[in-house]
Amino acid sequence: MAAVNQTLRHRVINIYKELLFLGREYPLGYEYYRTRLHKAFASQQHVTDEEQIRKGIERAEFVKKEIEALYYLKRYRALRQRYDKV
Amino acid sequence: MSGLRILVPIKRVIDYAVKPRVNRAQTAVETANVKHSMNPFDELSIEEAIRLRERKVPIQEIVAFSAGPAKSQDILRTAMAMGADRSIHVVVEEKDPQLEPLGVAKLLKKVVEEQKSDLVILGKQSIDDDASQTGQMLAGLLGWPQATQASKVDISDKTVTVIKEVDGGVETIKANLPMIITTDLRLNEPRYASLPNIMKAKKKPLEKKTLKDYGLDEQPRLKTLKVTEPPPRKGGVKVDDVDGMISKLKELGAL
Repeated sequence: MAAVNQTLRHRVINIYKELLFLGREYPLGYEYYRTRLHKAFASQQHVTDEEQIRKGIERAEFVKKEIEALYYLKRYRALRQRYDKV
Repeated sequence: MSGLRILVPIKRVIDYAVKPRVNRAQTAVETANVKHSMNPFDELSIEEAIRLRERKVPIQEIVAFSAGPAKSQDILRTAMAMGADRSIHVVVEEKDPQLEPLGVAKLLKKVVEEQKSDLVILGKQSIDDDASQTGQMLAGLLGWPQATQASKVDISDKTVTVIKEVDGGVETIKANLPMIITTDLRLNEPRYASLPNIMKAKKKPLEKKTLKDYGLDEQPRLKTLKVTEPPPRKGGVKVDDVDGMISKLKELGAL
């Protein structure tokens, strides 16, 4: 591990933690979410090329935004159904 | 003028995704061991206050406020993680008499006076009581102009322009500060309070107070007679052919 860029390593761990945190409200349950997230990260553990790792982090950021949007839409639709009669 | 002082009152309610259950005595909705979160309409008001600041409207301070049990702290932290500067928590224990919209409005009036706020942004209603009264009552008590169900807010100098949703269209209102605004669903898209921001929000100041600090001793004026669940939907029936359908419709008095 010593050869791997430490700041990149931190960023990967941070984004993993942030994604885990998002999972607490996942509609299919935290366990469903956690195992899949873990698998997704584990499947990339052999990646050592810095450029590739950066790309992976970018993808994680993208997924994070997608999940936030999912939560927002889910709530918006529920509220619209309840409060907008149109 | 040295920037706006915005007050955003928020409420801790049963999470929108949870199906509420009525307790056995039929006096209230079961709240023990049920997931709670910030009232979604209040999230919109916090977001709007933050967006006003991001649009370079001079804002001195955004204060989040909540009255409720000790756990209301959690939603105040969320509000601060989203971008409120500090918060005030008036502790009302579950065993104490609960506040009603009028009580909340009276309390908010005192808070507004204490904090010298000149703009109050509230959710149009909470998703537990659905009373939709607090904002209006507060405006009445303060004698301030109000814009309810806002779907767009613009502030230039001391004039506020609000587009509000009314039956069958929109209505544009212009008024001078100070002012009360209540938010509707399409005002904005609230951001997600991220983990790092929640950590940072722990350092932001949170003031704890009681109703006595504001010289209020509200007794409930409303009496809940009975709480029941809505009747379950009856299943539909299948008809064999068109004649069957028509006779069925006639039977139901629809034709």
